[in-house]
Amino acid sequence: MDHAELIRRLEAVVGRPYVLHRADDVSVYEQDALMVARGRPDAVVLPESAEQVAAVVRIAREAGLPVVPRGAGTGLAGGAIPVRGGIVVALTRMTRILEIDVASRLAVVEPGVVNADLTAALEPHGLFYAPDPGSQVASTIGGNVATNAGGPHCLAYGVTGNNVLGLEVVLPDGTLTWVGGRAHDAPGYDLVGLLVGSEGTLGIVTKVVVRLMQKREAVRTLLAIYDTMDAACEATSAVIAAGIVPEALEVLDGISMRAVNRTLGAGFPEDAEAALLIEVEGVAEAVPVLMARIEAICRQHGARRIQTAATADERVGLWKGRKHAYGALGRLGRRAMMLDVCAPRSRLAAVMRQVLEAGRKWDVGVANFFHAGDGNMHPTPFFDVTEDSPEYARVVGLTEDIMRACVDAGGTITGEHGIGLEKREYLGWMFGEADIAAMKRVKAVFDPDGLCNPDKVFPTGRPPHAVPAPRGADGGEAARAGVGGEEAGAPDAAVPEATGRPGGPRALA
Amino acid sequence: MTGTPHAAAVPAQPGAAALAPPRGASGPAAAARAAGAPAMPWIPEIETCIHCGLCLPQCPTYRVTRLEAESPRGRIWLVKEAAAGRLEPAAIADHLYLCLMCRACETACPSGVQYGRIAEAARAVLGPPGPPLQRAVVRFVLRGLMPSPVRLRRAAAVLRAAQRTGLLAVAQRVLPPGLRQRAALAPEVPPRGFSPEAEVLPALGARRARVAFLSGCAMSLFFPDVNDATVRVLRRNGCEVVVPAGQVCCGALNSHYGEAQTARAMARRNVDAFPDDVDAIVVNAAGCGAAMKAYGHLLADDPAYAERAARFAAKVRDATEWLVQLGLRTHPQAVPVVATYQDPCHLAHGQRVRAEPRALLAAAGVRLVEMAAADRCCGSAGIYNLLQPAMAETLLREKMEAVRATGAQVVVAPNPGCMLQLRYGARRFGVPVRIAHLMDLLDQAGA
Repeated sequence: MDHAELIRRLEAVVGRPYVLHRADDVSVYEQDALMVARGRPDAVVLPESAEQVAAVVRIAREAGLPVVPRGAGTGLAGGAIPVRGGIVVALTRMTRILEIDVASRLAVVEPGVVNADLTAALEPHGLFYAPDPGSQVASTIGGNVATNAGGPHCLAYGVTGNNVLGLEVVLPDGTLTWVGGRAHDAPGYDLVGLLVGSEGTLGIVTKVVVRLMQKREAVRTLLAIYDTMDAACEATSAVIAAGIVPEALEVLDGISMRAVNRTLGAGFPEDAEAALLIEVEGVAEAVPVLMARIEAICRQHGARRIQTAATADERVGLWKGRKHAYGALGRLGRRAMMLDVCAPRSRLAAVMRQVLEAGRKWDVGVANFFHAGDGNMHPTPFFDVTEDSPEYARVVGLTEDIMRACVDAGGTITGEHGIGLEKREYLGWMFGEADIAAMKRVKAVFDPDGLCNPDKVFPTGRPPHAVPAPRGADGGEAARAGVGGEEAGAPDAAVPEATGRPGGPRALA
Repeated sequence: MTGTPHAAAVPAQPGAAALAPPRGASGPAAAARAAGAPAMPWIPEIETCIHCGLCLPQCPTYRVTRLEAESPRGRIWLVKEAAAGRLEPAAIADHLYLCLMCRACETACPSGVQYGRIAEAARAVLGPPGPPLQRAVVRFVLRGLMPSPVRLRRAAAVLRAAQRTGLLAVAQRVLPPGLRQRAALAPEVPPRGFSPEAEVLPALGARRARVAFLSGCAMSLFFPDVNDATVRVLRRNGCEVVVPAGQVCCGALNSHYGEAQTARAMARRNVDAFPDDVDAIVVNAAGCGAAMKAYGHLLADDPAYAERAARFAAKVRDATEWLVQLGLRTHPQAVPVVATYQDPCHLAHGQRVRAEPRALLAAAGVRLVEMAAADRCCGSAGIYNLLQPAMAETLLREKMEAVRATGAQVVVAPNPGCMLQLRYGARRFGVPVRIAHLMDLLDQAGA
């Protein structure tokens, strides 16, 4: 099958307007929100039904081409980057909410539905879909499923995997099938659990049955200000240890608070070093009681000021600083790189000390705003060097030290963004050879030809940016950026990105 | 099997076919290439984009097409690739010109990317959009008409004559459908343009401030009454109003449509024409206000003007912004209408002015019923509705349905482009609403 034949066949399936293959049209699909790697697809297809997805997958298989599913392209781990070319299946046109079953508290949606749009559609029914990743205004349910996305409110309601009941999926051989269903516990293997978080390496999800939650009667939000990050982390551990599960428990550090003070006039004390943002929901009688207990614990651990909010407007005010922290940081430094790691909640303070120590050791500023309640940290180095600078080794050193600290403490190298391309070389830090071999056998059962989102999740021995140059590229930027070639062994074999978010594994090759 | 995507392939038509930009060998991309378009320079603002994609859902053209190349992130990527030499500049023109320049993405962006500046800089390299004939017409309008108030008045007189003699109506019957739709957008031209009785109009009552007023090209020609109302409201609130005789169009369209040189020339003329000793430069057209607030950036490289332009820009205020800053002198009488407010893109996104117009509506006793997505573009976008009629119409239909759902009697939109588009939309989609400028209502309220 030559390229022209491929395009003709794809067009016959999805219609001509929805097969992109011109340089300008496919160029924009070379990347997602991980900015250090790229890969040019042979074609981008925008199907509108599960049947079309299945047909496209069959054509790709016949042509021996990789298939890479893509939602909104907001993934921070590079999961949607077609590093080996092939066909990008963009699910952005599959945006229907097929069913909202209020009585059973579930909804059936297509993968291209934007997370926040689902929330908005559920509002009139007094229901909500719990996982609320930072990207929720743009990211799709399909992408959330692929990465097993989290968010502040996952502390109480669980991550995506806890909120998905069933999936319709196109397997790598083109079979259209269902796993799970509408009940809370489907018989047989928990294939939903396997597919959620598989980052598009086991198939393409075409429908999702999500579990819905009833909106609570009362919501209270508390903001506690601390003089040290240590005290805030200890307070977090104490709240969790007391058996309290707030709906959200977030930390904002001094750097972030001062940044949002500058960009939003958020009004945090300039000399504070940490703030806890805690949200509690429940029946009207219980919430104040719970809040009083939390407040007491916060004070015991040295909170210097506590502010509570009961009305929606007041709550939005308290959340504003947290929600805009990353953006505010982006405005202060030239680059900010949000990491995604986890530490056991009992060891938050110790790991945080190591994070700050690593920042001093490598002389790179690190801001911290994160989901403290479930130990999901987002240390965010901010710096002025570009990845082509020798100085960039400091950023890599810092990110590796942070990941190492988390793993040593019994945490993980990713909480909610996924492994994707960004962290595949670090998988061995978490798992032994036998573990990885077992995972690879699972992968082989689903995808024996290795065409479903290849070169993701599993280590390859190459840093993520060392991908083949887009065909037809003149290497202009590689020459300008002046790095990358050596690492891949050929001058034009790597196309480093001159701007944006650097990735961790660069130094590993 | 490794096919190479290449520009000469069968023209693809992403998005609903009718909404796709013109493509292929006869498209503007090819035309620009034939014309020897210069290389895309590196635009520093590109660096601030972290590719997070949070702009996507706020972009009207992405919402319609669901294509990355028709999103702000996609367009920035295309400009970056062109600057890196990986794409021909001409190959990205269609995508950049399907953009409305509404700057909703700037409101959504957590990193503060100034998309408008990136797009304007890229368009300055690409030149005006469209196939050769259209490019020539756009260039003629931008270079020949816009900088000259006299020629603009003459052109409006010709249009008015065509309307009054029925020539336009006849033309509309014989024109091919594409042009017929565009002709239907032609605004009704009132008998006389804005002509204040003097260059300096004294404050009524005690003087509280001295302001200069940009009369605006479209406002002067199509909405002279709105300008009169604005001046009255300003004077009643204690402003001495200077209407500089030497002023020209602000140059916004020129900046947006790839005519940076004429835009700069027009900015210089305005910097020269406006007095320095005023407290504010007041504008009642959102697009003009946004453009004039950017004069400092526009003329930053001009040593003779940079400083004066920055000073000028710092004084520019939208009329609503200025009146709230100044404080209304009297408590106006209530205007008993139910209204909905259309945030002009270049007011809400371009100038971040949202609260002031609503505060003034409340002061005027208007009952405001908010429409869904009030800050989403109506599709006017300067001359966008003429150049991209299919996309403009799609957005307008959505907008008019949102208006209809409010049950409002009046749509308030303090910008001439929006007013013309909404007026056309009300006719086109049969929504029984009147379109008004905020200054009309304030004037009516006696503010």
